[in-house]
Amino acid sequence: MSSNHISGAEIVIRCLHEEKVKFVFGYPGGAVLNIYDAVFQQNKFKHVLVRHEQAAVHAADAYSRSTGKVGVALVTSGPGATNAVTGIATAYMDSIPMVIISGQVPTYAIGQDAFQECDTVGITRPCVKHNFLVKDIKDIASTIKKAFYVASSGRPGPVLVDIPKDITAEKYEFSYPKSVHLRSYNPIVKGHSGQIKKALSLLLNAKRPMIYSGGGVVLGDAASQLTKFVRAIGSPITSTLMGLGGFPASDKQFLGMLGMHGTYEANMAMQECDVLLAVGARFDDRVIGNPEHFLSKPKTIIHIDIDPSSISKRVKIDIPIVGDVISVLTELNDLLSKEKTKQNPSLKHWFKDIDQWRSMNCLSFKNDKKLIKPQFVIQTLHKVTKGDAFITSDVGQHQMWAAQYYPFDKPRRWINSGGLGTMGVGLPYAMGTQLAHPDAKVACVTGEASIQMCIQELSTCKQFHLPIKIINLNNRYMGMVRQWQEFFYGNRYAESYMEALPDFVKLAESYGHVGMKIEKPSDVEPALKEAFSNKLKERLVFMDFITDQKENVFPMVPNGKGLSEMITAEDL
Amino acid sequence: MRHIISLLMENESGALSRVSGLFSARGYNIESLTVAPTEDSTLSRMTIVTSGSDEIIEQIIKQLNKLIDVVKVLDLNDGRFIERELMIVKVKANAQYRDEMKRMCDIFRGRIIDVSDSSFTIEITGSSSKLDAYIESIDKAAILETVRTGASGIGRGDRILKV
Repeated sequence: MSSNHISGAEIVIRCLHEEKVKFVFGYPGGAVLNIYDAVFQQNKFKHVLVRHEQAAVHAADAYSRSTGKVGVALVTSGPGATNAVTGIATAYMDSIPMVIISGQVPTYAIGQDAFQECDTVGITRPCVKHNFLVKDIKDIASTIKKAFYVASSGRPGPVLVDIPKDITAEKYEFSYPKSVHLRSYNPIVKGHSGQIKKALSLLLNAKRPMIYSGGGVVLGDAASQLTKFVRAIGSPITSTLMGLGGFPASDKQFLGMLGMHGTYEANMAMQECDVLLAVGARFDDRVIGNPEHFLSKPKTIIHIDIDPSSISKRVKIDIPIVGDVISVLTELNDLLSKEKTKQNPSLKHWFKDIDQWRSMNCLSFKNDKKLIKPQFVIQTLHKVTKGDAFITSDVGQHQMWAAQYYPFDKPRRWINSGGLGTMGVGLPYAMGTQLAHPDAKVACVTGEASIQMCIQELSTCKQFHLPIKIINLNNRYMGMVRQWQEFFYGNRYAESYMEALPDFVKLAESYGHVGMKIEKPSDVEPALKEAFSNKLKERLVFMDFITDQKENVFPMVPNGKGLSEMITAEDL
Repeated sequence: MRHIISLLMENESGALSRVSGLFSARGYNIESLTVAPTEDSTLSRMTIVTSGSDEIIEQIIKQLNKLIDVVKVLDLNDGRFIERELMIVKVKANAQYRDEMKRMCDIFRGRIIDVSDSSFTIEITGSSSKLDAYIESIDKAAILETVRTGASGIGRGDRILKV
């Protein structure tokens, strides 16, 4: 054996160094002990020890969402891998580039029902972009190289690399491939020029043009190109939950979020437009509701997406443009700059309609003297953080209120689980975000149900001194479940009431953090100001807001209905 | 409509389950699926017989192309093609059936590949519908056992699926 031979575990670490990984989120265990021994002997990346593997994957996912880099998680075999599955599926649904390294039992024990053995590659297959089982030490470096390449190119997604323990103990020389080529994988980058020209001319000649942008704009770092294009062309724009921040929410052209809990004006404009440009969005059920109803008003649809399978999946597309959104938008901007008439004369009329819908003021709510309205907490959070915080959220009513009442002007500031809708992501998402942006304000908007799904991570936050501000909108209900039960199940609140809640203030304190309970509307702003003050700059503050139990999220497009069939607060 | 999809994929462990998993996860039909290595041992060729509306078939092709291990996908129904399937049937060949089974085998251009006092084992190739027709044509009570390979297909003339 030559002297430059190193262990498989060290090869894994060297690969991560080559990829310039700054953080690895993980949890040790038998099958990854060799790798952890190599982690111990290096200092180029920081290992973040979580309290549950699910949180490791979520935190790595948020690191990626908030930076655009590939997130990395390291878990052991068997239960380590199965615990990671929810995190992986969450990242997969939202197309987040990640590499998950999992330990596996030694190659000779695979298939023997060994201790902590599971078929990790089989279990994760439906929720990864790709996965690998490394069977030979010679393949470790090239496999990890491929994993990073596949995760971050094309439509991004999580890639898992399963490495048996014996392979990490063997020795081999390290050589990291400079480039990688997969004959079976060639993502398209540049859009079809003819289609792009056609798209522009349709938009310029439309009577009621509309733009609808999604998470692809954020993931593709195309926010500034999109903003330039939309401002030049002058049309209204809406965004999906995942696309928020892709276009400045404070801009007049922005109609707010669309979809099940979208604004009245955004949903009406989507329904009534005659030419629709969809950018990095996928017409999912929560966004356009019933596809037949959506198409009942004839419209020409242009769709820019890097993934051909997103096109014409739920709605037939007239002008498909397969390509990277930033490349296609750049081409559109170039073409537009050569046009004589940049803005279309029909826009004035179209905005008159829109202004009428806007005047509905669909997001207005009545503040109460005694009860804290959750919307008011979010509005105040926006005011106190000057709209410049990173906001992570869990899943449910609080998530929708955060999306509706915290306007985002920049991309990668809004970190939440859109596709899978995973309760419990909020706190680990805040961890990954805060580690990536140590000096930024990071707030986790959550509810008393969601937060308890990963509450153990308060311990991780203590260990790594993460000064996250937790905004717990505590209504003692699984609010969104309760809302559906109120509307569609005759007020039968089956198992949606949260009994035996902990004292969150004491809980936070027992983990070494600051706890606050806020029960009066007049205390909301002072409390938030205190939490974000210099005095508590270094501390995690758990703010337990006792909110109105009966508040619902409006507007609402009931499941299976059309976008223009919204229920508003006034209707009830 | 019935479609025959041919694809070339990396000959790696797990590749088959990626394809079959895709079909079950997305609720697509699989009528049959055959796979074997090609003359290039790094590649496997798979033939999938499926059915669905034009939109579903379009999605199936796109989703197959999206799999990292899949190198090339071809919907044979987009052009002219030849389809063959092999079936081996064991039928009763006692005094009551012996002549009848020999005659039906000849009509369908099958070959008797094993004989016993009471049975024939017959090999028949052809399009899947020809094999169906043979099964329809003989007395059900005479069938002891059948095994079919599922269809394989190839484009006619210059239509070539190669890396």
